[in-house]
Amino acid sequence: MLAFIARRLAQSVVVMLVVAFIAFLVFRYVGDPVSSMLGQDSTMADHEALRERLGLNEPFYVQFYHFVTNALQGQFGISYRLQQPVSQLIMERLPATIELAFASSIIALVLGVGLGIYTALRQRTFGTGVIMTLSLIGVSLPTFLIGIGLIYIFAVELKWLPSFGRGQVVDLGWWRTGLLTESGLRSLILPAITLSLFQLTLIMRLVRAEMLEVLRTDYIRFAKARGLSQRAINFGHALRNTMVPVITITGLQLGSVIAFAIITETVFQWPGVGSLFVNSVAVVDVPVMAAYLVFVALVFVVINLIVDILYFIVDPRLRDGAKSGR
Amino acid sequence: MTEPVLSIKNLVVEFPFHDEVFTAVNGVSFDIMPGEVVGVVGESGAGKSMTGSAVIGLIEPPGHIASGEIRLKGERIDNLPEEQKAKLRGKRIGMVFQDPLTSLNPLYTVGRQLTETIRAHLPLNEAQARQKAIDLLVEAGIPKAAERIDSYPHQFSGGMRQRVVIALAIAAGPELIIADEPTSALDVSVQAQIIKVLKKLCSNHGAAVMLITHDMGVIAQTADRMVVMHHGKVVETGTVGDIIRRPREPYTVKLIESIPTIVRQEGAVLPSAAANDDKAYVQVKSLVRDFEIGGGSFTKLLPGKTELFRAVNEVSFTINKGETFGLVGESGSGKSTCAKMIVGLVRPTSGQILVDGHDIWAGGKGHQERRKRVQMIFQDPYASLNPRWRVRDIIAEPMRTLGIARNRTEVEHRVAALLTKVRLDPGVMRKFPHEFSGGQRQRIAIARALSSQPEFIVCDEPTSALDVSVQAQVLDLMRALQEEFGLTYLLISHNLAVVRQMSNAVGVLHNGVLVEKGPTDQIFDNPQADYTRMLLDAVPDISKVA
Repeated sequence: MLAFIARRLAQSVVVMLVVAFIAFLVFRYVGDPVSSMLGQDSTMADHEALRERLGLNEPFYVQFYHFVTNALQGQFGISYRLQQPVSQLIMERLPATIELAFASSIIALVLGVGLGIYTALRQRTFGTGVIMTLSLIGVSLPTFLIGIGLIYIFAVELKWLPSFGRGQVVDLGWWRTGLLTESGLRSLILPAITLSLFQLTLIMRLVRAEMLEVLRTDYIRFAKARGLSQRAINFGHALRNTMVPVITITGLQLGSVIAFAIITETVFQWPGVGSLFVNSVAVVDVPVMAAYLVFVALVFVVINLIVDILYFIVDPRLRDGAKSGR
Repeated sequence: MTEPVLSIKNLVVEFPFHDEVFTAVNGVSFDIMPGEVVGVVGESGAGKSMTGSAVIGLIEPPGHIASGEIRLKGERIDNLPEEQKAKLRGKRIGMVFQDPLTSLNPLYTVGRQLTETIRAHLPLNEAQARQKAIDLLVEAGIPKAAERIDSYPHQFSGGMRQRVVIALAIAAGPELIIADEPTSALDVSVQAQIIKVLKKLCSNHGAAVMLITHDMGVIAQTADRMVVMHHGKVVETGTVGDIIRRPREPYTVKLIESIPTIVRQEGAVLPSAAANDDKAYVQVKSLVRDFEIGGGSFTKLLPGKTELFRAVNEVSFTINKGETFGLVGESGSGKSTCAKMIVGLVRPTSGQILVDGHDIWAGGKGHQERRKRVQMIFQDPYASLNPRWRVRDIIAEPMRTLGIARNRTEVEHRVAALLTKVRLDPGVMRKFPHEFSGGQRQRIAIARALSSQPEFIVCDEPTSALDVSVQAQVLDLMRALQEEFGLTYLLISHNLAVVRQMSNAVGVLHNGVLVEKGPTDQIFDNPQADYTRMLLDAVPDISKVA
């Protein structure tokens, strides 16, 4: 088990280095940072001085080394647009994104797995038909349309919930949370539903398909032939086998919820890293973009690591596989 | 007279499809007495498994019992509501499935699956149930049961898993065990042990057995009475000895005749002429294949850590032109790896394979010679034909790639001729593989192998996916083609009877080592190696019926 995690960690480091390299290339070669920082009416001497100060005259690998060591300390330079350290910008906005992603992931997981099981077990019923049809809508409607639709119904027409922003936040010093105030919680509802809807339907359809597959296997037939109760068969035997493939897809989907909440954040003017990224792209704020790239990679690498460990816990065959190395 | 444990009367099982009704079981009646072992035999599609599923109430929808009755100890069970049927399962009727690799839940320990079954039926607490589980495993012949009870299914071999499955089926002391092809997925030597365990456990616990199988040999050794089924109907019922020695119905006669036996029969091929090793058509010299185990791509970077598993160890044999060499062995013996090396799919670690004097792994010329002269027939005709291609294209592909025939009419001509050779109507060349039965598909596979005009064909278990009567036809065809074209065969099989009837010479492979080789009669009638003797003893054969 430890060897397995160590191996995965080593692979993660390689992935992160590659991504850091790409981020570095973007940072270094997309446009000339010096001219974009100094503007039009600067002299060549100014350029040269800034170049020297930023270390841009040093050899390529030295620059990359500096980039990596700085990144490890959380330093990605200074945003061109906001003239603040990038790390500070991201840290300020990260809590908003994480709270949103967390809320929508829980909605997607709980409802997705629950409905998936329900529709698999009650195959030819009216309820299943309705859920399956609605889920098609969930998969096919674009996120921004769902967001705007929800805003129209619940914010504009019914005036139940706020249509934008995070509401009041409480500053815990290192984390500014919206979960402790009523307005914060109310503001979270619509964006969380919007963001979760696609994942929810995807997870539901996946769980259903896997579960139907598992229910057809020999060991389920054998479990029936042994006279186990329906409950034991469905929730003891079938569900756990269903989870093995579901974990992978779900893990990756949750990664994309955190990393690509951009559209939802834009529609609801949610002050998270997604909207920071969109605003930065508009003005070619390269340090922010590079940092965001590294951040997204980190999210995926960490989630993948968790998925691998979960796999290990769920499936005993892998535990042995790692031991004997097969 | 005592009351039968199971009594089936005029059972009809139907599957309604869009506009027609398929009758899988059509008016089947038979009884099973207490403690009796009744074999239900028939070819695929005979309805024997469906009868078993009907008894235990596990017919897959939309199938259902259309009429007739099933009585367990006189009590009618086919019309019980689902909850009450569920209560019979495991408690009064147990079931053993064919494939032990898939009948256990891979994510739970064997112990957990046993205790949950025991506790579902008997009023025991966790510790008592665990003790009973250990006792059952001991009884089923699992060594060190107390330690191994917390192992997962994948940590057991196939035969051990089937023992666990039998222990599970018997756990709650049912009156009837339905064993659906309990040994078909196992090696011969394991098969014999499993039959013993099944018989012993059932007689210890006083359970009657309904043994469903296509293998007449298994029934001959196990059952008291047998029921022969064909197309959903019972053809013949009687004691095993009676039916095997004096079959009355034409179908039974034909079925018994088509079973190959390991006793020498008339018409079996003659042993090979004194093998002149240096001039033999195919020469396999000291073939070795190692597989690396241990570590994924990452640990491979670390030096000196790879362990080697020697799948094939110094195997040498020769085959004369126009003869058949049978390679026999159980799963894991390395026989398929040998086949793959000989047809050029797996590179040997060391050793040489000469076909007509050309080293087929020498590259360049050797490679070309191999493609021209060597072909292969695979085990599973359902998986070895591309389902999206028409038969014509499947058979024509080797011709096209080797440039034997290019223009369209010539290709069609040759395909038609080949189809005629394998006794199929040339008109079928426009059809797709799924429109054919297993035996017909294997004929198509043979036609494909012949289409490049090879001289040497490697047949890897060519008939083990087929029914006995179909198997007999395919073997006949292979023999006829050998005579006509002077083909040389390497016949790989776990079925000793097939090898006996087909081969001039035989090699016995065990853990990658060729333990014995020689003319067929010598190996079968006077085996030298212990392993060969053990294999021959283990074969369930209808000639052994008491």
